[in-house]
Amino acid sequence: MSILVNANTKIITQGMTGKTGAFHTQAALDYGTQMVAGVTPGKGGTTHIGLPQYDSVADAKAATGATASCIYVPPPGAADAILEAIDAQMELIVCITEGIPVLDMVRVKRALQGSKSRLIGPNCPGVLTPGECKIGIMPGSIFKKGSVGVVSRSGTLTYEAVFQTSNIGLGQTTAVGIGGDPVNGTNFIDVLELFLADDDTKSIIMIGEIGGDAEEQAAQFLIDEAKRGRKKPMAGFIAGRSAPPGRRMGHAGAIVSGGKGDAESKIAAMEAAGIRVSPSPSLLGETLAEVLKG
Amino acid sequence: MNVHEYQAKDLLAKFGVSVPAGIPALTVEEAIAAARQLPGPIYVVKAQIHAGGRGKGKFKELPADAKGGVRLAKSVDEVGAHAADMLGNTLVTVQTGDAGKQVNRLYVTDGVDIAKEYYLSIVVDRGTGRVALIVSTEGGMDIEDVAHSTPEKIHTIVIDPATGFQPHHGRAVAFALKLTGDLNKQAQTLSRQLYEAFVALDSDMLEINPLVESADGKLLVLDAKMSFDSNALYRHPDVFALRDETEEDPAEIEASKYDLAYIKLDGNIGCMVNGAGLAMATMDIIKLNGEFPANFLDVGGGATTEKVTAAFKIILRDPAVKGILVNIFGGIMKCDIIADGIVAAAKEVNLQVPLVVRLEGTNVQQGKDILANSGLAIVPANDLGDAAKKIVAEVRKVS
Repeated sequence: MSILVNANTKIITQGMTGKTGAFHTQAALDYGTQMVAGVTPGKGGTTHIGLPQYDSVADAKAATGATASCIYVPPPGAADAILEAIDAQMELIVCITEGIPVLDMVRVKRALQGSKSRLIGPNCPGVLTPGECKIGIMPGSIFKKGSVGVVSRSGTLTYEAVFQTSNIGLGQTTAVGIGGDPVNGTNFIDVLELFLADDDTKSIIMIGEIGGDAEEQAAQFLIDEAKRGRKKPMAGFIAGRSAPPGRRMGHAGAIVSGGKGDAESKIAAMEAAGIRVSPSPSLLGETLAEVLKG
Repeated sequence: MNVHEYQAKDLLAKFGVSVPAGIPALTVEEAIAAARQLPGPIYVVKAQIHAGGRGKGKFKELPADAKGGVRLAKSVDEVGAHAADMLGNTLVTVQTGDAGKQVNRLYVTDGVDIAKEYYLSIVVDRGTGRVALIVSTEGGMDIEDVAHSTPEKIHTIVIDPATGFQPHHGRAVAFALKLTGDLNKQAQTLSRQLYEAFVALDSDMLEINPLVESADGKLLVLDAKMSFDSNALYRHPDVFALRDETEEDPAEIEASKYDLAYIKLDGNIGCMVNGAGLAMATMDIIKLNGEFPANFLDVGGGATTEKVTAAFKIILRDPAVKGILVNIFGGIMKCDIIADGIVAAAKEVNLQVPLVVRLEGTNVQQGKDILANSGLAIVPANDLGDAAKKIVAEVRKVS
């Protein structure tokens, strides 16, 4: 099993005729993913890299039976693209776009409430279930089918965790990049819940970074779940231990401000929840292996 | 993006917000002329820098007992004297760091007879994913101290974006500030105006500290700090025009021209990494190995020769840099192509400091071969841990 996506997931791309959208849709096809159509308003009825294009998400969904959408639409139109996918009741929406205005995301987050959709991202690398389905921009070559669930706020650190768990032979069930923006669709807790419920996921790596308190909340969630007897071996990492307060470290959400969101408090919370936090980003695999040895 | 106090107040005034009369000034003469246009007899001369704590700040060039960056004046002459004291000098506050900031602009305002001070700010609350107003009766103080020592005195009012600001939100603000009568009504109006400005201008932080009740019963915005979502500036050219580049690090401005996210730090190992999280992690691992990063630098997805060259140049502007660590997790990009780019860039900038390169992704071996055969003193690394150890060793050899 896996979470969120598998070999049967049918996916459309919003913003497929752009350079990025076309490139990564092709890479997903090459990986064996069921990319079934693209949505590019005004280009309905044409084809691009062999896939039919539709004017709207609703049209594409009706014609193909797709349940997931991957969005590469540039920032000014990205929130609208997400809202259109929510309106069309796409079950899974993955938004790769970086640089969406935060107040646009405030509206999107509200629209998600009570909807039939789950949003991953924005500003994320996507979701990948090895050998089955690749939504987004993660490099398929570093994955290996296996037992580790990976969830991360950072794109390239997700790759580190995947690469290292592949190298030690564990492999992954699914990797989910939730993105580095302050307001996003899916948080650690949502993904951890799915991993805890997935029988094939035997252990979990969680990678956070400075800013906000999503890691602390996830830690509390894990403590509460452990009391109910739901618990899996976990390793983790927090990026930004060396970051000075008050400076945004690339990601819009990565900032220590008002004494909140620093690495030390996150690491303490995660350790209190039983997560072995790796001191170094190069020891994620090893740390998890140690946890599994007990 | 941050703006100065006078700019924030000008923006807020367009939404009907009451601010004390004031005029910006770049010279002593302009400050005197500004004071002449104000009713008096009390004036306030305020240093305009992008940092808080100005009132309690100290000027580097002035005696230790000299007044700070916000000064009361009882005559036009005194305004001139304060302006002469401040302009061109360096103000050090709790937020500027030891280097301080040069004062190039002043704001001359009407003096206000203050009866009581309050606090109001608006932020995007990450927990709820909504805009929230934060208010407190404890104005004029560091709000983090208030939150720490008396959290019950901080009230948060979260606005549902589906309804926007409703009258009950205004009442919640007014009653949280314990205001009665006309002041209560003024607070309701003011909080609505501030929310409207925040949303309409894509602000990401608006802080009024203090919000004051004047002796004649008016609620006034005495100080205003405002910053804007850089991702939304494309739809606010009028706000973008207020950018004051003298308040920013020149290297960071240069970096932004190449779509590089660069932040200067205090160490001696320059870093060039793809991805913000990995860039932070690279800084962390350098520190773990006993040295300090000279910068944060995210080259983003496309590590092209042009971008890598620009990144090298920006890193090398910092004379403290004794070595550079390049850490690229190629992902979909091929390592041989990245290696070609790094070699070309290193040649173009005539790189003189040790360079350790860690590449991961497809075609790793070809990438390493290109680096090894480049004729340059590039040290290839196998993984992130190896890379950090190697650059630390190289830097220690040099120094």
